[in-house]
Parts: sequence; C-alpha cells; structure tokens
Amino acid sequence: MSGANGATKSYDVIVVGAGHNGLVAACYMQRAGLNVLVLERNDYIGGAAVSRSLYPEFTYSNCSYVCSLLRPEIMRQLELPKHGLQIIPYEGGCTMMQDGNHLALYDNHDALRREISRHSKRDAEAYDRYSRDVMRQCKFIKPLLLREPPDPTSFKWRDINELLYIGKRFHNMGEERMYDTVRFWTMSAADFLDEYFESEIVKAHFAGSSIIGTALGPRSPGTAYVLLHHYMGDIDDTVGAWGFARGGMGAVSNALGSSFKASGGTIREAASVSKFLVRNERVVGVALDSGEELYASTVMSNMDVKRTFLETMDAGDLPSEFLDQVRKFKIRGSSGKLNIALDGLPEWTAIPKGSPCTRGDMHITDTLDMMERAYDDWKAGRWSQRPYVDMLIPSQIDPTMAPPGKHYMSVFVQYCPYELADGPWTPEKRKAFGDTVIDAIARQSPNFKSLILHAEIRTPWDIEREVGLTEGNIFQGELTMDQLLFNRPIPGYAQYRAPVRGLYMCGSSTHPGGGVMGAPGHNAAQAVLRDLKKVA
Amino acid sequence: MSVKETELPHFKQPLLRTPFHNRARELSQHDSFVAWAGYTTVDVFTTPEQEYFAVRNATGVFDLTPMVKYRIKGPAAGRYLNHLVTRDVAKLKVNRVMYTVWCNDNGHILDDGTLFRLGEDEYWLCSAERQIDWLLDAAIGYDVTVEEVTEQVAALAVQGPTSCWILKQLGLAGIEQLKPFDIGRFAVEGVEVMASRTGFTGDLGYEIWMPPDKAEFIWDRLMEAGRLRGIRAIGSQALNAVRIEAGFLMPHYDFVSAESTVRLGRDRSPLELGLDWLVDFKKGHFNGRRALVAEQARGVARRLVGLDVAGNKPAHSALLYTEESGRQEIGFVTSALWSPTCKRNIALAIVNAPHFALGSKVWAEIYLNRELVWERRMVQAEVVEKPFFAPERRRVTPPADR
Repeated sequence: MSGANGATKSYDVIVVGAGHNGLVAACYMQRAGLNVLVLERNDYIGGAAVSRSLYPEFTYSNCSYVCSLLRPEIMRQLELPKHGLQIIPYEGGCTMMQDGNHLALYDNHDALRREISRHSKRDAEAYDRYSRDVMRQCKFIKPLLLREPPDPTSFKWRDINELLYIGKRFHNMGEERMYDTVRFWTMSAADFLDEYFESEIVKAHFAGSSIIGTALGPRSPGTAYVLLHHYMGDIDDTVGAWGFARGGMGAVSNALGSSFKASGGTIREAASVSKFLVRNERVVGVALDSGEELYASTVMSNMDVKRTFLETMDAGDLPSEFLDQVRKFKIRGSSGKLNIALDGLPEWTAIPKGSPCTRGDMHITDTLDMMERAYDDWKAGRWSQRPYVDMLIPSQIDPTMAPPGKHYMSVFVQYCPYELADGPWTPEKRKAFGDTVIDAIARQSPNFKSLILHAEIRTPWDIEREVGLTEGNIFQGELTMDQLLFNRPIPGYAQYRAPVRGLYMCGSSTHPGGGVMGAPGHNAAQAVLRDLKKVA
Repeated sequence: MSVKETELPHFKQPLLRTPFHNRARELSQHDSFVAWAGYTTVDVFTTPEQEYFAVRNATGVFDLTPMVKYRIKGPAAGRYLNHLVTRDVAKLKVNRVMYTVWCNDNGHILDDGTLFRLGEDEYWLCSAERQIDWLLDAAIGYDVTVEEVTEQVAALAVQGPTSCWILKQLGLAGIEQLKPFDIGRFAVEGVEVMASRTGFTGDLGYEIWMPPDKAEFIWDRLMEAGRLRGIRAIGSQALNAVRIEAGFLMPHYDFVSAESTVRLGRDRSPLELGLDWLVDFKKGHFNGRRALVAEQARGVARRLVGLDVAGNKPAHSALLYTEESGRQEIGFVTSALWSPTCKRNIALAIVNAPHFALGSKVWAEIYLNRELVWERRMVQAEVVEKPFFAPERRRVTPPADR
C-alpha cells in the first residue's frame, strides 16, 4: 500500500480486478509465497459475483445468481467453507406453459420420469439416454478445466505432453463418444435436442442453458456446447446440479477475499487502474486514476481482453495483429437482469400446489420458436418482447436474503442488446425493458406485480458500467468453438500470458471460460508460478 | 378404497403402487418396501429365509406387476422382433414364450427379458428397463405398433413345488398340461386370466396375468387356494436368492444396460454374459450381429461365470485374483449367496480371459464384519457349471402336486 509520503511498498504481483477469478489467482499466488496486491475499481469486491443490499433488509445476488461450476478443488484448496462459503443444491425447476400446463424437473428420477411422461412417454425414457450422453462428454471435459490448454502448433515438451494427455482421454472415450464430441462442439442446441426429444416443452426447457449469456439463438450452431458448459459443474459430486450460495453469490467472493487476506494478501478497493505500465516490452506496474503508480514485475488482469488491451494499454506496446484479433473477439451483450424484492411468494397459475419445482429455476418460454423469436428481437436491436427468463427465488431456501415471509427474486433476462436500434439507453428505456419482463412474468402469476417492493433493473449497458464487463457479456466472450481451448481468447495466447512480458490474463476471457468456475484464475496463477519457478 | 384413490401427485409420492399394494401392506411385517421400476414393492414380508423356502418347498407368490411390458402388434411384428432380439423369433409359436436379449449395433446388451407370442401378429415383450425410445427407433421401416402396457396388466409369479396343485385348486383347469414356456387362458369364477409356465426361480412355477381391477380378487382366491399347501407372499430378497441359484441374471447387479453406461468398457455383450445360446447367427441380420460375429471370432475378453466359493461367507462384491497374494486382479463378483438348498457358497462373477474356463481356480477377497471389526479373507473359488440348482420338476409335465 502506498504510504502518505509516496513511498511504495513493493509487491511481487498486482492483480487488477477483484472478480472471483482475480481473487482465486491471488489466493494461489499468495499461498505459493508471492506478495500479492489486488486492486478493485468498485468499493466492494466480487466483480460479477456480489451480494448487495439495495432495499432495506434484502440482499440481492446482483449479477451471477446461482452456483455449480465453481471447481470443488478450488473450494477445498483455498478453504472456502472455512471462510464462510456454503452451497445448497436446489430442488428442481420448471417451465410454465402458455396454455396453463407446465413441465417440472424433480430430483427424484421416478417423479421426473412420470412428469416428463405427461408430455411425452417417449421423451421420459429418452431423457436417460440424453443424460448419459451429456455425462459422457462432461467426463471428458471436466479434467481439462483446471489445465492450461496446449498449443497444437507448439513443439514444446509441455504442449506435446498435454496434447497427448487430451488425445489419450479422447481416445479412451471409445468411438461413438468421439464422434459425439465433435458433433456436440459444433451443433445447435435445437438440432441436438431434436435428436433425443419430440416434445416442444421438453426441448424448450433444456434449451435454456444453451443460450444463457450467449448472443446466439437455440438454432445457432455452437449452442449445444453452451448447454454442455452449464452441465459441467457439480455439487457434492452430483454432476450438473446447481445451487445457491448461502448469502448470495457475494459469498463466493467474500470467502475468497477472506481466504486471501488470511494468507497475508492485500486488497485495495476503490482503486481504479487507468493504465498498465510497460517499459522495454515488459510490464512494470499500473497507474491508477488518481495518478498514483504501483510497481510489480508481474501484473495480472482479471478484466476481459477488450478492456485489458484496448482500454488499459497503449496500442504502441502491443503487436498490431494481436490487437486486431482482440478487437474482433466476440463479447456481445445479450442479457439483462432484474433483482426484485417481493412482499410475499408469488402464486403461479400453471404450477400445482405443493410442487417443489418453484424452489429451483423457473422459465416461461415453452417452445424453441418462442426462444428463437426472442433472439430475433435482439438481432434487430431491441429487447425481446417475449423474453426468456431464468428466474429463481433463493429466499425460499436461503434465510439470509430476505425477512421472514418476504422474498428475493432473481430474474436473468435474455435477450437484451447493449446498443439499441433507436439510440442509446435512457432511464425511460430501462424502465420499459423492466416492464416488459415484469409483464411477461405476471402473465403466469396474477399476484406478482402487487408483491413488488423494489426492483433493480440492469441492462447490458448498466452491467458494463458497474461491473466492467465489456457489453455486459457474462462470460467475457462467447463460448463458441472458435473462441474455446487454444483459441481462447486469441490464438497463440491461450496460455494466460499476454504479448507483453510479465503481463497475464485470468478472466473468463481465457480457458475454460465463464460461469463462476474459478478455473481461469487457478490456471493463470499456475502459469505465473511456473514462470517464476515457484512450482515444478 | 382403491389404490388409485389413495395416491398423491407424483411430486409427493414418486413411486406407483401396484394393484396388490393394499394386500402386500397388510402382510408386510416390517414396512420394508423398495423402489423397483417406478413402483414401491416389498423387500421382505416376514423373513427372507422363510420366504426363500416357500419357493423351494411349497409356493411363493411374488408381485411382478412392475416388470415393464410392451405390446407389439402388426403384420410386421415378427420380422421387427427378429431384427430386434438375438434369438430366432420365427421359431416362437403362438402361445409360447422365449427368453432373449437385445443389443445395440455394437452388440452390447440393452436388456434381457421374455417375449410372449399371444397371437399371429401380437407379442408382449417383458423387460427390466423402460425403453420405448429404443423400441420405437428400432421400428423404423416396420409396420408395427409398440405400446407400453405395464399399468394395464397385473401379474403374480406363483412358484414352487406345490404351485401347480394350488392353481388347480384356484380353478385353472388343465394348467397341468402347460409345458415350460407354454401360455394358457383360464377363468377364475368368470374372471379371465392368462397363465404362462415361466418364472425367475428355476423351479416349477407359473406367472398369472390379469386385469388390474381383478387383482385383489385373484390374490384373495389364490391365497385361500394355497392355504393348505404352504402358500406365502415373498419379497425381492427371497426372489434374489432363488434366481442366483437358478443362474439368472439381474440387471443393475450382473450387468448394466448399454443405454445407461457412461464409462467405456462397462457394456456387456451376450457372449460375455455366457448367453451364447441366445444368439442365433443363422437367422439373418439382427441388431448387433456384425459386432457379435467379430467378438466370437476373436474371443471374449471376459465372461460371466458361476463360482463355487470355499467357506460359508457370501463373497459379496469380492474382487478376484489369480493367486492368494492378490497380485493380479482378474475380475469381481456380481451376485453372491450361501445356497440353503445346495449347501454351497455360490456366486456369479465377471472373470477375465483366460481364467473363466470351467475348473479354473481363482481367489476371492472377502470382507467380514465381525462385531464391527472388519476382517479380510482370501478364499479359493472354482469356476463351475450353472445353474447351481435345476430340479427335474421344473420340466416335468404334468407336474407332481407337491
């Protein structure tokens, strides 16, 4: 920390951005014996994994809202449970239909089979095959998450070894699964789901996770992978399960912050970095908005690649082709968020009394066509008139989010453009966007509107401004095959090292991508530690 | 009150109740119910030992309603089934039953089950797994309808040396004329039932198929008819014991359906399960044929065999080795039982080549919990012929009364 007289304490590493990946990386580096400083622009840590109170006695998970992908190895190694992290699986999920029917998902296999049978007996049994095939692919991908993606063009021993490792795992899957992998990584979610299911509602329900955070529709090639990406996590070894972090997603960041500080690390909030300082093609530190300069021979950016290289560096310090590719990297704003304080529990006309399916993710888009139409609106530069929502009421399970009898509702909304066709976002347009979403939900719940005490409405533009994510894209870059593995974020720069010596990337722009996984942070820290010979 | 009226919605009560549920609940002394194919069924009524001996000494009654049943109908039903299963369905005459397996294109078993030919163009396929998705996929190009009828049929297995006598008392006149795998139609006080001389016990026995709304009526008449000849309701524990003696395979224990395996190498072919006799290579093309021809030519990598294990402690889940030292692992036990009838310690096991040959000696690693202290035993086991128990009476027609 810089003293009053300008004398500067020296750090081995400066991490720019206290998002969950920045904190994960900071924890690993600090624990390996480096002296790490984390700088955060906001006056609270967490980036997009935050819990904030914007209405008395309510806590919101303002951005990310559920947890599954956070790697269990990270939770364990960084002792996050000791620092207050608890993750509780949710009980099911549902899609409410326009005709008053619904599809529920239940944990219990027999209940689930009978439920899907109401819509299609065949689909109820095809579901097992679907789960099996998804599980086979998850088993292949999971071990790759916490590893640096090898560069296939490299002849370095390490890269060749890693390629062999992946090749061996790939081969060990067996022929059928190998064919499937290539299909999985390239198909559209709609085509993929069509191969298993006949019922529209079943397809619409499962397609939801193929578009979340993605500026693509269910019929866009590549979305099958996005669906898979949402299955890769687990809670207590139940693969594909999602849960609530007790206290909201800020609990993840707070546990990381606490673990980091406990191991001797330093965090400075309200410290906005204006520039990475480069001398002789080597990073030497950062300059803050205040003009203050902080020095370290290793600097790591938790910001997305566009923000890192286009907005926080001099173009003269970077190769032109690289910069051009950064410019072309796809980070498109496609989602908005409503956080709502409710005076009571909404009644849902489509859901039978006593069904636990409202204690999970709820949706109101009941056909793939309706989902694709919602995407069409986005392409035309307007928010979806019949939006896809991923809504949850965590306060049904987590007693810390709202007073007794009152409820916090998180509504993730797709699609919402970063730039509107009719000019910039205004407070009026933001309100109109919020009203569109609230009206859509109210069609399924007659008492919903009357329960609203407060609503925070966030457009991609707001998310970019408050969190710093370019265009408000939650994954720091689309999760499509052209931007995955050794091509993420930029071909040749997938191993967390920037083209400037000493500068590293640890955000979700890097492998294996977004979703509060912590894996990019972990892998980036390992890259630093290897370069500094702190690990074998 | 009927069973249906007492049922709650599936999200509060995921498991279905069979039409015999109320009767079973009255007789179940331990409230020991387990989930089976989406139904709640009795694990143990009184004691597994007494229920076991009911089958081997008198008659045991087992509710097999949850067994998944498909009705396959249409002019192409026979050809469709011949494409689907490994045996030659053309040889299955009307009113006959065959045990068979069916495979995917890789020659891996999707399920085993019994195929009933009820008419010229009408069959029932009874299986352990629900697989309408597969059955419909396989029906592409055939003029057939495939429909699950599990909930439309109630069924009881009536098995044991006095079973024929009891069914005669019940009023199934002429049942003694049914040969193994025959199907007959009968009436009990005007209620029509179908009976087949089939079962999962390896003993004399029949399976009675009836409309669900007549299930309690038949149950009551059956129990009354067998009162003087030791009839007894049995749960799945006793059934498991008798089927191991008979060398019958249990899905989820002895093999996993290829429809649900996530890991490579967990699928099983009929040749690996020792079901070569079910595979008819001469009948023309069927699903999995090419892969099975190739597997037969190169020889199987492992095989399911019967083991005679030293000592009297069942070798549950035991790993198998070539030597007592336990250096080289060569397989594992899938089902194990001290057989009260054979007075042998028996097991079914998957054993790697070449150790599965008859007469091979292997070592089984058994863990014993003795008053909370775990002890490890290495005991010798020999690969032996299956079935372990095959009484003449299972084949004799007409059967004896006891």
